[in-house]
Amino acid sequence: MTTPHAPGRPPDAREPGPDPVWVRLPQAFRIPFSGARREIQTAVIGLLVSIAIGSVMMLIVGKAPGQVWWVMLSETAGDPSLMGQALYRATGIMLTGLAVALPLEAGLFNIGGEAQVTAGVVACALVGTALPAGTPAAIAIPLCLLAAAASGGLIGGAIGGLRVARGAHEVITSIMLNSIVASFALYLGNRVMFRNGTTTGASIVSGAELPQLGLGGSSANASIFVAVLAVAVVWWLRAQTTWGLAWRAVGQSPEAARTAGISVGKVRIAVMTAAGALAGLAAANFVMGNKHAFEEGLGRGTGFAGISVALLGRMHPVGVVLAALVLGFLSSGGVAVSTYVPKELVEVLQPVVVLAVAAAVPLVRRMEAAA
Amino acid sequence: MSELLGVVFSIAFVAQVMRIAVPYALAAMGGAVTEGSGVIDLALEAKLLFGAFAAAAVGHATDSALLGLGGGMAAGMVVAAVQVGIALGLGADQVIVGVALNVVAAGGTRFLLQLLFHEGANSPPCPAYGDAVLTNPIVWLTALAAIAVPFALRRTRWGVRLRAAGDRPDALVAVGVSPTRARFAAALVGGALAGAGGAQLSLAVGGFVADMSSGRGYIALAMVILSGWRPAWAVIACLGVAAAEALSISFQVTGVPVAHELIALFPYVTTVAVLIIFRGDRRTPPRSLGRI
Repeated sequence: MTTPHAPGRPPDAREPGPDPVWVRLPQAFRIPFSGARREIQTAVIGLLVSIAIGSVMMLIVGKAPGQVWWVMLSETAGDPSLMGQALYRATGIMLTGLAVALPLEAGLFNIGGEAQVTAGVVACALVGTALPAGTPAAIAIPLCLLAAAASGGLIGGAIGGLRVARGAHEVITSIMLNSIVASFALYLGNRVMFRNGTTTGASIVSGAELPQLGLGGSSANASIFVAVLAVAVVWWLRAQTTWGLAWRAVGQSPEAARTAGISVGKVRIAVMTAAGALAGLAAANFVMGNKHAFEEGLGRGTGFAGISVALLGRMHPVGVVLAALVLGFLSSGGVAVSTYVPKELVEVLQPVVVLAVAAAVPLVRRMEAAA
Repeated sequence: MSELLGVVFSIAFVAQVMRIAVPYALAAMGGAVTEGSGVIDLALEAKLLFGAFAAAAVGHATDSALLGLGGGMAAGMVVAAVQVGIALGLGADQVIVGVALNVVAAGGTRFLLQLLFHEGANSPPCPAYGDAVLTNPIVWLTALAAIAVPFALRRTRWGVRLRAAGDRPDALVAVGVSPTRARFAAALVGGALAGAGGAQLSLAVGGFVADMSSGRGYIALAMVILSGWRPAWAVIACLGVAAAEALSISFQVTGVPVAHELIALFPYVTTVAVLIIFRGDRRTPPRSLGRI
């Protein structure tokens, strides 16, 4: 992995170079936003390249790119229901985006978001249906959120633990767990949760339901506040506490962190557990805010989309929020222009954004070195 | 139960295992070649999927399965070229490029289906090899590659340079060979192998179905890592995965009362179990894997 973020470099330095750790760490602590310009440049270049590639694809299908982009912008922005869907989409990927960004800063690649979201969805629905009818919201909502976060965190912690204790690469175990959890959820659904002949489980108690925001009948719901709160907590941990210092130190150089007295293994497990809990919380959006029940495939794709969000957001909590809103808007925009271009075209744009941003990282670094 | 044993100990079962193993084994060998040269190869899934699509499209257009196979291999090489171009040429993170390419493949093959055939999920039919094993050239290609790839890596100049690019690129530079070139060559060969694996997916059933690689590329990569980056052992691991998959199908066919959702998990659980039992730090990856 390349270092995702190199904070605390004095602005006059030309090359990052191997700063001794005792110089780098206190600066990283004090100046959380240094290097922000570079990250914004990277994201903007990545977005522009993606727009160019999307335009070429529109030309291939015989449509004028300018017109398609304009329709996408104007129709999505002018339609409260589409904007609401964008917000609904953004809520889920904001949380899974954090679940990728956090470990990436600690030098781990969490590609197990799918498993963590699904585990959260299953646990949230199980607890939500098991509660007695008439449970007040003040008890039901925290319990369901806790169940979602705990089950997601369990998956994340397992991935981190396997990496630390047995040296099993987190990418491989994550991918295996994605399949295992998906099949296990289907098994649970078929045996326990689905009502006969359907792929939908029983409804959660009404106290555990999060209210809709009422945007043109869209699925946008109050779980956006859960997501924003999670972002704020991560931002605070990252910028203001020694924990944030520790996880970024581990990401920059595990050896240096170990020398500085940080328990690298503990940090890795803690970060993966926290990431899993964040991804699990996305269940609030799907189960508590929208479907009010377990459904086969509910939340699928949200975990993978988190990778795009984290990269476009340059691993920064604030960037993650912006990236989630941009990509949420893009997915609504795909619906808005579906009469002009095949919906697959807009679907492909999301990973193209990832590729473009990944390619822009070394480019911006070279530009800086040349400047 | 005896019915199940009858199914398992039959020629048909062995043939089925071989048929299922082909895409895994070809992708794993492709991954071992690419990773051996020092490039992280998470894009195996993309190579399988684009390979499957190109094989079906070329097979449909030319009415020749063999040309379809060629198309699949070419598609795998194109994906590899894009992957290495972005990762080595531009210097982007290799893990991220691989994962993103896999997502591009999932959407891109659907886009191409729409663009070329105006179809949502299925390509028009192409010539099929079906259940035949001995008359399927891809099976023979797999067998040939299972012997030739380990030999080439160990005994040929190309293989030595490839491994040097993965282990000691500085040594390669010292003798005047560009590690980047060696990696590019390795990735193209690896892409062709994985693309051939993808061709088996669509040519076996006579058409492309969206997302038909369904995670095989990831499992193949897991087998590469499990085998300690040794292609021959990776093929054996893939045979194990295929046997588990065939067994799960037999369970469903003979109606043994075990939850089929859970039997389908067998390869994944086994992989995790093996990762737990055998410590990862004893499997030595190519020393400069992922660095440029």
